[in-house]
Amino acid sequence: MANPQTPSWQPAIDLSMLQLRAQLLARIRTFFADRQVLEVETPVLSHAGNPDPYIDSFSCHAADGNNRQRLFLHTSPEFAMKRLLAAGSGSIYQICKVFRREEQGSLHNPEFTMLEWYRSGFDHQQLMDEIQALLVALDLHEQGTAIRRLSYRQWFLDYAGLDPFAVDQAQLLDYVRMQQISLHADPDQDLAQQPWLKDDYLALIQTHIIEPKMSDADLLFVYDFPASQASLARIRDDDPNVAERFELYAGGIELANGFNELTDAHEQHQRFLQEQAQRERKGLNKVPFDQYVIDALTAGMEACAGVALGFDRLLMLAAKKSSIQEVMPFPFERV
Amino acid sequence: MLDNDPYVIVENDIVKPGKGQAFNRVKVRNLKTGRVIDRTFKSGESVEAADVIDTDMQYLYSDGEFWHFMDPDSYEQIAASEAAVADAAKWLKEQDTCAVTLWNGVPLSVTPPNFVELEITETDPGLKGDTSGGGGKPATLSTGAVVRVPLFIQIGEMIKVDTRTAEYVGRVKD
Repeated sequence: MANPQTPSWQPAIDLSMLQLRAQLLARIRTFFADRQVLEVETPVLSHAGNPDPYIDSFSCHAADGNNRQRLFLHTSPEFAMKRLLAAGSGSIYQICKVFRREEQGSLHNPEFTMLEWYRSGFDHQQLMDEIQALLVALDLHEQGTAIRRLSYRQWFLDYAGLDPFAVDQAQLLDYVRMQQISLHADPDQDLAQQPWLKDDYLALIQTHIIEPKMSDADLLFVYDFPASQASLARIRDDDPNVAERFELYAGGIELANGFNELTDAHEQHQRFLQEQAQRERKGLNKVPFDQYVIDALTAGMEACAGVALGFDRLLMLAAKKSSIQEVMPFPFERV
Repeated sequence: MLDNDPYVIVENDIVKPGKGQAFNRVKVRNLKTGRVIDRTFKSGESVEAADVIDTDMQYLYSDGEFWHFMDPDSYEQIAASEAAVADAAKWLKEQDTCAVTLWNGVPLSVTPPNFVELEITETDPGLKGDTSGGGGKPATLSTGAVVRVPLFIQIGEMIKVDTRTAEYVGRVKD
């Protein structure tokens, strides 16, 4: 934590960090203005939440008394931005605060700043090119050199020595047991209160084996995730096992997550229902999904690629800081 | 509670892939042994809370095997083992109030007051006229603890000691 000795009313960062933050924001806005990408603002509050079983939404009430309408603070602006896209906005970007409960640590703060943008007519590979151009514009990547791109499969092969598409759950259990990970509950024992899914093993390997090995590595795009981790990405036409999703890493830290966006309303509806069913199996609270985004996709949204980039982590990269609390004036301990 | 022992969380960091299962990487200290270990929890896993409380108790006496303390409100007495008292033993003076950490009512550890006043039972005769305290000499206290004191301090005097650093603070004047 930054300056734990300073009184809690004071900012945790100094003036130069505030200036760097402002400077990066200004340069990002210039970058998009030059490319005719429109800056938009959408509501932070929504009647719908994010049913993703791995994301926990803050909720609140708009009024007291009998008409206590429950509202959620958005965990990302994607649903509202897709409604703009479906209404014909063309390429848009937004810089806004987003909120996620129970995410607090050296790389997480329950309230953080997201840079999210959508490019009409782009696919995810073209969007990766544009992210690279943005990093060059922000002096975070050298002009003229390409950021390395690895498929998710190759990433696991190179850093963990296993093929994530070929292994089954029993092999993953054996693999995890052989690693020096001090798990509280062996996945196969009674102590494990939730059955482990294949993706849970892959998440463990990613966070405990692969990411630590990347700590000194340069920027890296990982693309073609398993379809089971598609989130809101399209499934590839020629391979049903692969989702057109990518992530950008900087030294083992995830900076951005992008999709070739799902535009099929029926498929989107099915994924919301699956997520709600997963929440129920895990004993999590019920979260209503956003019917408006289904309606928007039904009306028709042109093909596009979109990406969400953690602005605070970008600032960490620019300032060479190792924790998110070192780049925020008032991290969660001081709100 | 982990593996039937009480632990206190020293550090807790969340690690999470872009989308998907989060884990908590936790550093915990065993309250019985003091050993710090790493544990990874799948978010959502729960552990039993350890019934550990810190309470102020008055030190009564030692019978050589156990150190006896009393709750000043209920007058209830408890006996702490040598393992629980550990290094605190050399600072314990009868009637002093100590912080006792109890786990299920059994003492886990004892923290002496930050400052104690103890009598010098043994030290070399000091040099007359030296009041600077420069250099100093070892002195044995009534509890057996040895601290460095200024040269002018004599046997039979009461001194104040900081138990956290085992350093002489000053003379106690009646």
